[in-house]
This record gives sequence, C-alpha cells and structure tokens, in this order.
Amino acid sequence: MRFASVTAVDSSLTGPPLDTPETPGRTRRSPRRLAAGAVALGALLLTGCQLPSFGAYKGATTQARSTFHLWQGFFIAGIVVGGFTLLLILWAVFRYRRRSDELPVQTQYHTLTEIIYTVVPILIVLGLFVATVLVENKVTAVEPDPATTLHVYAFQWGWEFEYPNGVKVIGQTTDAPTMVIPTGQTVRIYLRSYDVLHGFYVPEFNFSRYASPGYWTSFDLNVLHNGVYRGQCTQLCGLYHSLMFFNVRSVSPSAYRTWLSVTAAYQRAHPSSIGQLPADLHANQNGTAPSYSGNSGNSGNSGSGNTGNTGGALYGD
Amino acid sequence: MTDVIAPPVETHEPTELHLPPQVPGDGHEPSHGGHEDHGPTGILKWLTSTDHKVIGLSYMITSIVIFYLSGITALILRLQLSSPHSSLLSFGQYNALFTMHGSLMLYLFAGPFAFGGLANYIVPLQVGAPDMAFPRLNALSYWLYLTGSITMLMTIFVAGGAAQFGWVAYAPLSSATSSPGAGPDLWIMALALTGFSAIFTGVNLCGTIFYLRAPGMTMFRMPIFTWNMLVTGILILIAFPVLTAALIMLFADRHFGTHIYTAVGCHLVNGLPMQSCGSPLLWQNLFWFFGHPEVYILALPFFGIVTEILPVFSRKPVFGYKGMVFATMAIAALSTGVWAHHMFTTGAVLLPFFSFLSLLIAVPTGIKFFNWIGTMWHGQLKFTTPMLFSLGFLFAFLMGGVTGIMLASPPIDFATHDTYFVVAHFHQVLFGTAVFAGFGGVYYWYPKMFGRMLRESLGKWHFWLMFIGFWITFMPQYVVGLLGMPRRVASYPSNLGWQSYNIVSTVGAFIIAIAFGFLLVNFVVSWRKPIPAGDNPWDAQTLEWATTSPPPHHNFTHLPPIRSERPTWDYNHPDAITVPHGKAAHNGHVNGKVKEPV
Repeated sequence: MRFASVTAVDSSLTGPPLDTPETPGRTRRSPRRLAAGAVALGALLLTGCQLPSFGAYKGATTQARSTFHLWQGFFIAGIVVGGFTLLLILWAVFRYRRRSDELPVQTQYHTLTEIIYTVVPILIVLGLFVATVLVENKVTAVEPDPATTLHVYAFQWGWEFEYPNGVKVIGQTTDAPTMVIPTGQTVRIYLRSYDVLHGFYVPEFNFSRYASPGYWTSFDLNVLHNGVYRGQCTQLCGLYHSLMFFNVRSVSPSAYRTWLSVTAAYQRAHPSSIGQLPADLHANQNGTAPSYSGNSGNSGNSGSGNTGNTGGALYGD
Repeated sequence: MTDVIAPPVETHEPTELHLPPQVPGDGHEPSHGGHEDHGPTGILKWLTSTDHKVIGLSYMITSIVIFYLSGITALILRLQLSSPHSSLLSFGQYNALFTMHGSLMLYLFAGPFAFGGLANYIVPLQVGAPDMAFPRLNALSYWLYLTGSITMLMTIFVAGGAAQFGWVAYAPLSSATSSPGAGPDLWIMALALTGFSAIFTGVNLCGTIFYLRAPGMTMFRMPIFTWNMLVTGILILIAFPVLTAALIMLFADRHFGTHIYTAVGCHLVNGLPMQSCGSPLLWQNLFWFFGHPEVYILALPFFGIVTEILPVFSRKPVFGYKGMVFATMAIAALSTGVWAHHMFTTGAVLLPFFSFLSLLIAVPTGIKFFNWIGTMWHGQLKFTTPMLFSLGFLFAFLMGGVTGIMLASPPIDFATHDTYFVVAHFHQVLFGTAVFAGFGGVYYWYPKMFGRMLRESLGKWHFWLMFIGFWITFMPQYVVGLLGMPRRVASYPSNLGWQSYNIVSTVGAFIIAIAFGFLLVNFVVSWRKPIPAGDNPWDAQTLEWATTSPPPHHNFTHLPPIRSERPTWDYNHPDAITVPHGKAAHNGHVNGKVKEPV
C-alpha cells in the first residue's frame, strides 16, 4: 500500500522536469516527440524501482524509501534541467566562437524569451515543492500509537539507548552500542543530548536528526527488513567526533521481545554490568570534555524500571 | 556630443609601468582634490594612503595570501583523509585545521577579496568617481581587516591552540567549558574586527554608488558589477551586524556568566524547558541569519565579475540587463528568508516555508544563467584567460546549483546533511564563485591595475589544470557523501570502501595546487618582463577602461559621454550601439538597425 502511494508521488515528480525541454523556445524539437518522451519517462518512473539509485541508498525504512523516490525524482529533474542548460552553454561556446572581426548584432533584450525562462523555472520549482511536501509529511509523520518507544541520548562521545522496561544500552567510541528494534513495527525515537550538539545518522535510513541539549525531538522508524545498519554522529561534537559510532539491529518482533526481557533480567542480576556515562557528565551538562577512558559496557541496567523520561533529572529536578 | 575628447585608447602612454602606481597618499592631512602628486612614497604611501586603488590592492594582496595559506591547510586535510586512519594529524589538530580552513576562506578571503579588494578598486572607476565616499573609513576598514586576519592566524600559537569548533562555532560546543582557551576567544575577536571592517566597506560602497556617480551615470546605466556590489553592500549591512551581536553574546557566555546559548540552568517542567532557559538553537538562528546572506555576499560580487567578462569577450552588451538587476535584488531579498535550511535536521523549524523560499532562489539564479547564455548567443566569443575562467564558473556553478536545489528539499537534506555530499555542494558553489570567477576577475582587471598584461599561455595552464583538478576533487565527494561519510571526521572506517574516493579527491586537490603555482609564476613573469597593456586591451565596455592603466590619482582626467551602461564601448564603436528594447525580431535576431543614442 505504501508503495502504491509512493509511486503516486513519483508520477507527480515527473511532471515538472519534463516541461523543461520546451523551456526557452530556442530548441525546435517537435512537441510530439517530446510528448512521446514524456510518456516513456513517466512510464519508466511509474515502475519505480527499475530506475537507477543514482548513488543513494534505497532505504531500509518506509520513510527512507519515500526519501529515496524523492531523490530519484530530483536527480532526474536535475539531469534534465542541468543537462539542458549545459547543452545551451556548450552550444554557445562552440557555435559562436569568434570567426571574424565583424561585430555581432548588439541585442540586449528579447522579452518573450526572458518571460519564458522566468515562468518555466517557477513552474518547475512549484512541482518540486509539491513533491517535497508530500514526501516530507510522510518522513516526519509520527504515529499516535507506536509499538516501541526509545529514548536516545547522545554525549561526548557515545550513545545511550533507553527502553520502556528500563533496559539501557550505553556505549562509547571504541565500543559502539547497538540499538535493537523490531522490524515491521513503528519505533518512536525521542532524541536528546547530554552536552553538545550531535547528529543521529543512519545512512541506510536516509535520515539524520540533531541531538540537542535543551529540547526533545522525535521521529518514527519503520524498518523493512531484519539486519544491522551502521550509524554515526554527523554533527561536529569535539575531539572524538570521528569515532562516535553506533549500530541499529532490526530483528523480528518476537525476537525483540525475547531480547528485551532476557536483557532486563540479566541487567537486574548484574547491575554492575551497567555501562557508564562519562563521570563528569552530570556535573557539567554543558560538555566539559570527559576523560577519554573508553570504559563502557555494552548493556546494563539500573533495574529501576523507569520510563526513560529522565531528562529532567539531568537538570536537577 | 558637445565635448570632443580623444578616444581613450589613443591617449594612453604605455610607458608608465612602475608599481605601485603613482598615487599620492593623503593620510594625515585632508586632501582637497587636485591631481597633483604629493605626500609620501614607497612603503609609507601604502601605510598611510586613503586612495581606494591603494587600499583595494592591499585588500587583494592580503586576501590572496590568505587564500594560499588556506589552500595549504586544505592540502594537509586532504592528505590526512587519503588513508582511513592517518597519523599525520591528531584529532585535535585536524579539527583545528578545518576550522582554520573554513574561517580563512569564508571570512578572510572570499568576502574581503570581493568587496574590499575588487569592488574597492573597480566600483569608483566604473561609476566615474574620484574615490570612495569615505576614504578614511575605507583605510580603517583595511586596517581592521588586516588586524583581524593576523589575530586569526596567530591563534595557532596560543596555549591550547586554535579553535576547533568549525567555522560555524555551533553552541554549546563553542562554550567556555567545551572549548576553553584563548584560541576560541581570539577567533571571536578576529571575526568581530573583520565584521566591522566589512560593515564599514558596505557603508562605503552604498555611499559611493548612491552619491558619487558621474554625470550621466544613472542607476540603470551602472555596470552589473557595480549593481551587484550595491546589493552586496546592502546585504552586508543586513547580515554582518547580526554576526557581530551574536559573537558578543557568545563572548559573554564564555566569560561573563550569561547563559544565552547554553541549556545550563534549565529546569524541566513536565518535560518542557522553562522559558528562562538559554537556547543552543538561538546561536544557529542568529548565525545563519548572518550566514545565508553571507553566502550571497560571497556570490553576488562574483556573479558581477562574470557579467563584466562575458559581454566583453562576446563583443555584445549583457543580455537582459534589467532582468539581471532585478534577479540580483530578488536573490538578496530571498537570501534573508532562507537561513533555516541549514537547520532542517534540528527538528525545530518550519520545513515547508524555508524549503519553498530556498527552492525559489533557483528562479532568479536561473534568470542570471540564461542571461549569461543569452549574452554569448550570436556573439563573437574569444577565449582569453578571463573568458575561460568565466566559463569554468558557469560549469562549476551549474553543478553546485543543481545539487543545491536537491538540498533545499528537507527529506533529501535529512539523508545527506553533514555528509560529504554537502561538502561537495558548497565547495562547488564557492569554488565556482570565489575561485573561478574571482581569479577570472584578477586576470581581467590586472592590466588595468598595473598597466601590464598577464601571460595568456600561463593563464591557460592555470585554468585547465584547475578546471580538471576541480572535478577530480569534488565529484568523488558527492559519491562518498551519499555512501554516508560525515564531514569533519579525521578518520573513517576502512571497511566501507570510502578510501578510494578520498584518494582521488586528494589527487585532485594537488592538481589544483599546481594550477595555482602557475598564477604565481605569471605574476613574477609580468613583473620581470612587462608587456604594456594600454588603456583598454580587451576592447572592454565600461568606464574603468576609459582611463589610463593604472588610473591616475582621482581616476579620470576626462570622461567619455555616458549614455548607456557601456560608455567606453559606445565611444569606441559609435556604429554598434546597443539595439534597444523591443526591437528584436524573430529568433533573437535583429535586423541590424542601429539606433541613435538617447
């Protein structure tokens, strides 16, 4: 169902770029051939996934798939508009090389041409904007009742993942933490930073979001297939920014539930296995560079069973 | 047609080849006009002069030195990235070095080179003025800029080293706790100094263009370069005070205990921060409210340069002159309303609004593109070095512009934000403008400034090596960015296939470096074995080519009649006056009728 709607977006994308060959009225291609080309390209686009990926990830979440199709549309629009402009430049360069000392006609204005190359780009921009809004609404949509909720905290230089039943996963640079989530279900991420700005970025999700101190931000993920997806901090956050990795492991919902309960039990039995945040994090939320000790557990639990809304405690509530 | 003056090309004496040009300094006592040469000479003249040509040259030489220094930092950065876990630089050194690279290029090279250097030199000549409106303020601008530049460079040597928070200095990483030391403080000071220098230059440009135009030089007869510098000056007055204010607040956060940009002291009530809370997002809003107009402050002057060069070497007037002017204004107006497209991934901005305005900038930019093409259309193109650089700009900016439209779409930005895709995009845009068009301007106006030519052969070596190096450097960065390589990383995993792209990119960077060796050789050769340029070696169109090369003190002894935006051309080619509006026949052809000048 989602795919159908995504394809619908695609067809709307093909509209604007196809207008462009007609742009400045300088080219004299037959409108009929143009229409045939438009139909062919439109049909090609409607088949969706047959298009090349143009270097981007196809997307491992439903949201990422939408973004990917938008990317394809923008890329084709870019090729058409950019290629057309490139051809015009090249034509001018090769056709109008100086061949004599005769002065050319000193033309300065051609009103019709100028109107065309003002109006047509406006139409293209409108088309791109409509496609953008349609996809953007899908990518940023949050479901009222997500299957799982995670609280993700970034810090210099690592990540803390908190699950609804109190399971915590904390990892720093050399020991990247793994976020386990269920495949095929809506996962709500609440994102925040303990110190400076960080960027939560999973390339195959075609998505990144700043983790900022001072406010929560949230988004939904619907992972399509089981697998491990690498993630990394993208926003410069100090000395070891380059090493702030994490992984997302998507498993079947039943495996997820099993993992969650087993880990919870283990963490209750072994509270010392709790991964530790940098020692001076709470003393100074503004981000003194913590000593780079690298000590961290990959899984740990306070056993308190709190819901993860612990941001307030950080600020002394 | 009352006053008859000799054609400018004939009045020239190509023997005056001394550098610096014979321009008296009038530093200490007020100069009451007059063309007599007096005052100090030599180094003292350069230190005390208020002549816009001397100050403009000082600006250009300083900023080109900074460009070369910053280029060297880029080479070191590229060397580090050519292997995944290079030990060339430590993480801290790498962070400091890319902060320095960005700060030098954006704050101290591209802007000052354009509006402090080229505009300072050229704008008074183009409007037929004897000097800038406020010559002493102009000198103050330069000395503030030089002081700021030295301050920035000296941060390398302070305890704790230079700032490591990137050229954008995002809060709270730029706070005293995250970035302690004198380096970041001096970084702030350096930007405050150069910020004031830019503001004063903006005032000077606006004042000169509004009030010192020669008789006959109406607003719509100003060359496009001057138009663009006027709009740039206005944008400077809009943007730079915001930066200076934001920097002062950052300094207060660091030293006076305020919490303007920090979330410290916030108490969460029901999960929401109280209103008295400081906000790291405020820095981003203020910074980009400066930063995005700044991008166009760095672009419009270079658009102007290209718009000067293309008509001259096509032997035509600029196509769509008025459209060009209004497109510039539209870009400037839109540029003040798109800052949050740098903040799409904060999750805290209104995406459709900023997306739409950002996409909309493509329209006036497209108008400019088609006007440039229209200028060449049916022209007689001659591929001199300045022309090649302008064409290089067109190709580079086309690529950077197309990827810019992609990034204006929030979902695509989510996928590529802070990756090398963005790095490639803005390098193609800024390299296209500041480097291709900027050095095209150097090749174009060098004969006017020094009365001697640069060598065409060396210039073409410079261009072709740079053009090839440019694509080799930046195209792989798009690919590796789409694969997920973040920017500002000193190392990267070796098992992801990123290294080969980075090696190619590094090779390209060194090809560009070799290209810039040719520029230095060209300067030296023109210095040692001068080829006299004459007043108007390019058969150019605008007023600066109607005076001697270099121009005399106070610029003009005679002015040709000004009846269009290209008085020098009209004077030299009375039979080839611009075909006026609306007379164009089919297919852009005009049937050769020439109308009397109005």
